[in-house]
Amino acid sequence: MPSAPSKNYTDDVSLLVVTLDTNPFFWSDFPSHFSDFLSQVLAFLNSIILLGQLNQVVVIATGCNSCSYVYDSSSNKNHASTNGTMPALYSNLLHNLDEFIANDKQLTKAHEPGTVPSSLLSGSLSKALCYIQRAFRSGPMHPQPRVRLRYWLIIFSVCKDLPMGLNSTYLMIFTFYTFNFCIAVSLQITLSIFFRYVAIMNAIFSAQRSSVPVDSCYIASSNSSNSAFLQQASYITGGIYYKPPQLDGLFQYLSAVFATDLHSRAFLRLPKSLGVDFRASCFCHKKTIDTGYVCSVCLSIFCEHHDKCSTCSSVFGQSQSVAASTDNRKRKAE
Amino acid sequence: MNNIAGRPLNEDDEEDEVNEDGLEAWERAYTEDRSWESLQEDESGLLRSIDTTAIQHAQYRRRLRALASNAASARIQKGLIRYLYIVVDLSKAASERDFRPSRMAVITKQVETFIREFFDQNPLSHVGLVTTKDGVASCLTDLGGSPEAHIKSLMGKLECSGDASLQNALDLVHSNLNQIPSYGHREVLILYSALSTCDPGDIMETIQNCKKGKMRCSVIGLAAEMFICKHLCQETGGTYSVALDESHFKELILEHCPPPPAIAEYATANLIKMGFPQRAAEGSVAICTCHEEAKTEGGYTCPRCKVRVCELPTECRICGLTLISSPHLARSYHHLFPIVPFVEISASSQNDPSHRFPNTCFGCQESLLSQGNKPELSVYCPKCKQQFCFDCDIYIHESLHNCPGCESFRHSKSITTAQ
Ligand SMILES: [Zn+2]
Ligand SMILES: [Zn+2]
Ligand SMILES: [Zn+2]
Ligand SMILES: [Zn+2]
Ligand SMILES: [Zn+2]
Ligand SMILES: [Zn+2]
Repeated sequence: MPSAPSKNYTDDVSLLVVTLDTNPFFWSDFPSHFSDFLSQVLAFLNSIILLGQLNQVVVIATGCNSCSYVYDSSSNKNHASTNGTMPALYSNLLHNLDEFIANDKQLTKAHEPGTVPSSLLSGSLSKALCYIQRAFRSGPMHPQPRVRLRYWLIIFSVCKDLPMGLNSTYLMIFTFYTFNFCIAVSLQITLSIFFRYVAIMNAIFSAQRSSVPVDSCYIASSNSSNSAFLQQASYITGGIYYKPPQLDGLFQYLSAVFATDLHSRAFLRLPKSLGVDFRASCFCHKKTIDTGYVCSVCLSIFCEHHDKCSTCSSVFGQSQSVAASTDNRKRKAE
Repeated sequence: MNNIAGRPLNEDDEEDEVNEDGLEAWERAYTEDRSWESLQEDESGLLRSIDTTAIQHAQYRRRLRALASNAASARIQKGLIRYLYIVVDLSKAASERDFRPSRMAVITKQVETFIREFFDQNPLSHVGLVTTKDGVASCLTDLGGSPEAHIKSLMGKLECSGDASLQNALDLVHSNLNQIPSYGHREVLILYSALSTCDPGDIMETIQNCKKGKMRCSVIGLAAEMFICKHLCQETGGTYSVALDESHFKELILEHCPPPPAIAEYATANLIKMGFPQRAAEGSVAICTCHEEAKTEGGYTCPRCKVRVCELPTECRICGLTLISSPHLARSYHHLFPIVPFVEISASSQNDPSHRFPNTCFGCQESLLSQGNKPELSVYCPKCKQQFCFDCDIYIHESLHNCPGCESFRHSKSITTAQ
C-alpha cells in the first residue's frame, strides 16, 4: 500500500471529463435503451458533483461522424437563470445531446449508407485532453493552496476493437505518404482505421505523459469478449477498465468502481485486471501473433521472414540507399 | 556556509548554496536572476514585465517550420531504432559556476530530463553514458533501455577533475558502437564544457574513423564555439550548438529527442525478431528473471521460453528475444505521420468575411476574445480549418500528435487522406 502524503489527497477537487459513445448503430441493435443508459450515467455524474461542491464534470459526446462538447458543469449557462427560474438539472446537457445526435445522424445519411462506422473515439479523446491541459494551465481553481485538483477521464465506449493488423491497403498508404503516390478512393476506409488507431494511441500516450488516468467502461452484451484496446488504454494510464456484466445495475457498478478518488482506490478491492493482451497482429495476414518480425525502418510487423518490406519497400540486409534508388528507378520505369 | 548569520531564518530552501563572492543574499538575487532584463517600457513610460508568451510562441513556431521544411526536403524516413551514447565532460571546466549552481549540476539535471524524454519518444532505442576527465574517457553505463539505471549511475559519479579528451571519448564510443546490429542508427551526443581537448594522437584521423563508422556526432558546448567540435559535427552529419543559459541548454538537448531524419546510407534495413508477451493476471505468482524475486503484481511472460519479466521493452535474459508490446510500436508511429504546422490567423484575415472564426478554441473551448472584445492571436489547422489557441497549438504538436479537429469529423478526415 503506498504511503503517499495522504492529507494532500483526501480533500481533492475532481475534474472529470466523460466521453459518451452515442453510436446509433450500436444502440439500435442493443437490448437495452440509450435513454436508460443515459439516466444511470447522469445519476452517476450527479453523485460526483454532490461529493464536493468544487467538483467539475465535462461531457463530450462521441458519435459516428462528429464529436462535441455537450456539458460543462462550470459553465454559467447551467446555473444562471434568465427568467428567474432555476433551469432543470442537466436540461442543457439533454438539449445539446439531442441536437448532437440529430446532427450526427444527418452526417451519416450523407455518407456511406451500407457500412457500420465505428465511433470517433480519437476525436473526443483529443478534445478531452486539450480541456484537461487548459485546466492544468489555469492552475488550482481552489483558494486553499493545499488542495490539489484531480484530473480524470472516463471513456464510456461501445466501439468494437479497431484492428491493429493492417492489410495491404495500409501498405499503400505508406507509399502514398513517402512518395506522393495516389490512392484510390475505395481504400480510404481501411486507411482511416489505421490512422484512427494511431490517433487513439497518441492520445493515450499523451494522457500517460501528463499522468491523467483514463478509466474505461466497456458497454457490451455479456457474452462478448473484453476490449483489448480499452484494457491497454487504462493499463497504460493507470486507470480502471471495467465491463459491467449487465446494464440494469449500471449506476451501482459506476458508483462502486469509478466514483472513488485515486487515493481511496488503493484501499478498495476493485476489479482486478485479468491480464492485458499486448500481442500485435501481423500486417500480412492480420493474424494475432506473439513472436514476429519487425521492419527496422517503418516498424511494420510480419509473421514470417520476408526479403523485402512490403510497406516501405526496403530490401532487408541491404543498405537503404541502394534499396531506395532501385525502387525509384522501378517507379520511373513504370 | 560562511554567512549563516546574515541569512533570514525562514529561508531554508537555499541552504546548500555556498556564497563565495562575498555578496549578500539580496545582492546575489539581483546579479544572478537579472530580473531587470524581463522588463520593458510601455507607451506611457511605465515599467512592466515583457509579455513572454507571444515571444515564446513565435520562437516555437519558427522551430516547427524549420523542422517541417527539413522533413519535406529529405525523404521522410526516420531512424527509429537508435543507439545513442551521451558523452559527459567532467573536466575542471565543468565545475565553473557561470551556470547555477555549476555547469556539472545543470548538465546532470538536464541529462536526466533528456533520458526520460528520449525513452518516451524512442521506446525501441538504447542509451549509454561515457564520461571524460583527467585526459581519459571511461564508460559509465553500457547501452541499455532502462532510464532509471542510467540516471542512478550518473548521479553517483559527480566529481570533476583534469582535462577532457575528445579523441579518447570518440575512440571509446566508436569501438562500442561498432558492435551494434547494422539496422541501428549510431549516434553520439557530446556535452562539452571545456575549451580544449587533451588528445594522445591525431584527432582528425579519429573523426574520419567516426565518419566511416557511420556515427552521427552532435555537440552541445557550454562555453564557446570550438573549431574541432564544429568540424566533427560537419563531417559526421550532426549538429553543433552552444548553450547561452540553462533554459537554452535544456531546449538544445531536448532537440535531440525526436529521431533525426535518417541519413539513408547510415543504416541497413533489417527484420528484427521480436516477442509480444501478454501481461499476466494480477495475483498470479511467478519469479522474475530481472530481479530474481517472486512477484505477484503480474509481469510479462516471454512467448518463447515462458520466463517472467517485470518491464517492457527488454531483452529476455534466457533466450535473448527482444520483448516489446504493441503500444510500444504504436508510440513510434507518430514520428512517421507528423501533423502539419498550424497557420497563424492575422488580425487582417480575422476581418475577412469569407473566413469567419468562432473565436473559441476548438480544443479546450477557451474564449479567444480578450477583454476589449478584440480577438487574440490564434492559429487554425489548414486541413480541418478549426481554430486553436496558442497553448493548444503547442500541446497538440509536442505531446498529443493529433489534430482534435481532423479527428472529430469523419468527413473531413477522408478528404484530408485523399489529397
Ligand atoms: Zn502474417
Ligand atoms: Zn518497412
Ligand atoms: Zn523483476
Ligand atoms: Zn525468453
Ligand atoms: Zn485551446
Ligand atoms: Zn485539423
